[in-house]
Amino acid sequence: MTDVATGTIRLEKLTKSYDGHGKPAVDSLTMDIPAGEIVVLVGPSGCGKTTTMKLINRLIEPTSGRIYLDGKDVTRENPDLLRRRIGYSIQQTGLFPHRTVADNIATVPRMLGWSKDRTAARVDELLNLVGLDPDTYRRRFPKQLSGGQQQRVGVARALGGDPEVMLMDEPFGAIDPLNREALQNEFLRIQAELKKTIVFVTHDIDEAVKMGDRIAIFSQNGRVEQYDTPEKILSEPANEFVSSFIGAGAAVRRLSLSRLADVEVPDNWPTVGADDSADRRRVAAAGTDRDFLLVLDADRRPVGWLPAAEAAEDGRTVPLLGALGPGDTLYEALDRMLTYSSTGHVVTDAEGRYRGVLELDSLRTLIHANNSAAGQSQEVS
Amino acid sequence: MAVIAEPRTDAAVPRVRPRSPLLAYGRHALMPLLVGAALLALYLYVSGHELDRIERRSLNTEYLTSRIFDHLGLTLLTTALILLVAIPAGILLTRPWARRWASPILVIANIGQALPSLGLIVLLAVSFETLGVNQIAIIAFLAYGILPVLRNTIAGLQQVDRSVIESARGMGMTRGAVLRRIELPLAVPVILAGVRTALVITVGTVALATFVGAGGLGDVINNGINSSRDLVLLSGSVMVAALALLVDWAAGIVEDLLKPRGLS
Repeated sequence: MTDVATGTIRLEKLTKSYDGHGKPAVDSLTMDIPAGEIVVLVGPSGCGKTTTMKLINRLIEPTSGRIYLDGKDVTRENPDLLRRRIGYSIQQTGLFPHRTVADNIATVPRMLGWSKDRTAARVDELLNLVGLDPDTYRRRFPKQLSGGQQQRVGVARALGGDPEVMLMDEPFGAIDPLNREALQNEFLRIQAELKKTIVFVTHDIDEAVKMGDRIAIFSQNGRVEQYDTPEKILSEPANEFVSSFIGAGAAVRRLSLSRLADVEVPDNWPTVGADDSADRRRVAAAGTDRDFLLVLDADRRPVGWLPAAEAAEDGRTVPLLGALGPGDTLYEALDRMLTYSSTGHVVTDAEGRYRGVLELDSLRTLIHANNSAAGQSQEVS
Repeated sequence: MAVIAEPRTDAAVPRVRPRSPLLAYGRHALMPLLVGAALLALYLYVSGHELDRIERRSLNTEYLTSRIFDHLGLTLLTTALILLVAIPAGILLTRPWARRWASPILVIANIGQALPSLGLIVLLAVSFETLGVNQIAIIAFLAYGILPVLRNTIAGLQQVDRSVIESARGMGMTRGAVLRRIELPLAVPVILAGVRTALVITVGTVALATFVGAGGLGDVINNGINSSRDLVLLSGSVMVAALALLVDWAAGIVEDLLKPRGLS
């Protein structure tokens, strides 16, 4: 177990064919899935991505080929015992309607023979992890939860036995766009903490780009057209199929790959302290041609905008709109600028302290630099 | 620092009606009251008549009690046998390797129920003279009552959400564990509805046991017909009806008690 990182998956010449169908559903697929990464299988319906995922935990038994987990051949292992080591969550959640949330999450721990105390502690830990208060939700039944909450419980249940590997089949597919976005972000936060190996199936290229450390683009019969990082796939599509699948707007999509934490943000905006005297505010306002000064508190956290013309008066501020954090991407920065159509957007660091102010001009510079860095300079407009 | 509020996902949580015992079981209180009133009316009506010798032979406490217990005994024994045959058969017929036998076997069970039970019972008595009267009666009632339980067991297991079974298998539950812990509990409401139907059918058909001499409340009805005593006939009929209603009532309560929580 030590020579190969736990959580590594290797598929070797994996084939699944059904009697009476000419072409196999998956045809001699070889793929390495590194430990601790999210690998997204994406493609049109009927491309074999779900079949491939189910071959990994052998819900579908391969016709030929090998599956290695942690470097060990598990193709002939007892499938029930194998599956208890692999988390599994699906779009329809598949929660047991006659069991409480706690009992659902405890499914795998109980099969693994964990003690009552350990199981109960694990249930509470997982409920907290997915953002559901254990005391409120533990004893509820799935019917008593909203769709998003059911999906969270589904993810918590898949994590029940603390598996190294998770298989997720469109886990956020049935959620409305607003909640899906929140769940995706939350899931990425959880994954940053847990570092599981995750095989994630979706048909949505945007979701693939957002979630994936690597993306495998399937065309048909489990044929992988390109298996690479999202950056590479968006900037250097391997062939016609990949370019047409990622579609138009690849340059815009690529913006969602650069986080503000990784770029330079101009920090030459005039600022004043929240406790500064009216005199100091007036001096600061006189020294700039900006219409607004940024007010920072003693910890350098942005408080609001101070209109330069009223700098000497009572110091009443205009609220911040569309402030951006280190986890936000260039895509979100652009989106927020278009949404609020105000000139400057405050960028903060992880502690919420002032880093700089982005304007449309400075953002354009960043986007240009980002596109050149991705290798292939493309027209943004 | 985010200005945009995190979308809340717990909006519009459907509230499950709290189970108030009074509300849930209150509707069960009506049936025994009605049946009690009907039986009391029958008793008062019969008491108002001067009974002759023939009527007295049927309408006395000892005779009636023994017929009621016969009737209940036959009903329960038949139902127990129905469950013993129909539930395992229903489970087998929903397993992937036996699923294709489900339709032909349901056809046979359908024939069992479609046959006039009086005809079947007499036919069996004539064909198998070596069998005892109770055995003949039970075989006939079995053929008649199997269908609802078999059909509901199959339907109950088939209506279990495939994604629930798939996720259970995907988490490493064995086939047997999925059947015991997931499929059967989720099928319980439908199966119980079938059992309840079978019970009520059986109470009714057991009244025919009298024609092969197997006893039951059918004896009282038959005595009334043979001796042209309408009072005896009426008493027997009302008592069979009352028994059927009470059995249905008791089964309804059991149904409520055994229904898994979280389903409604």
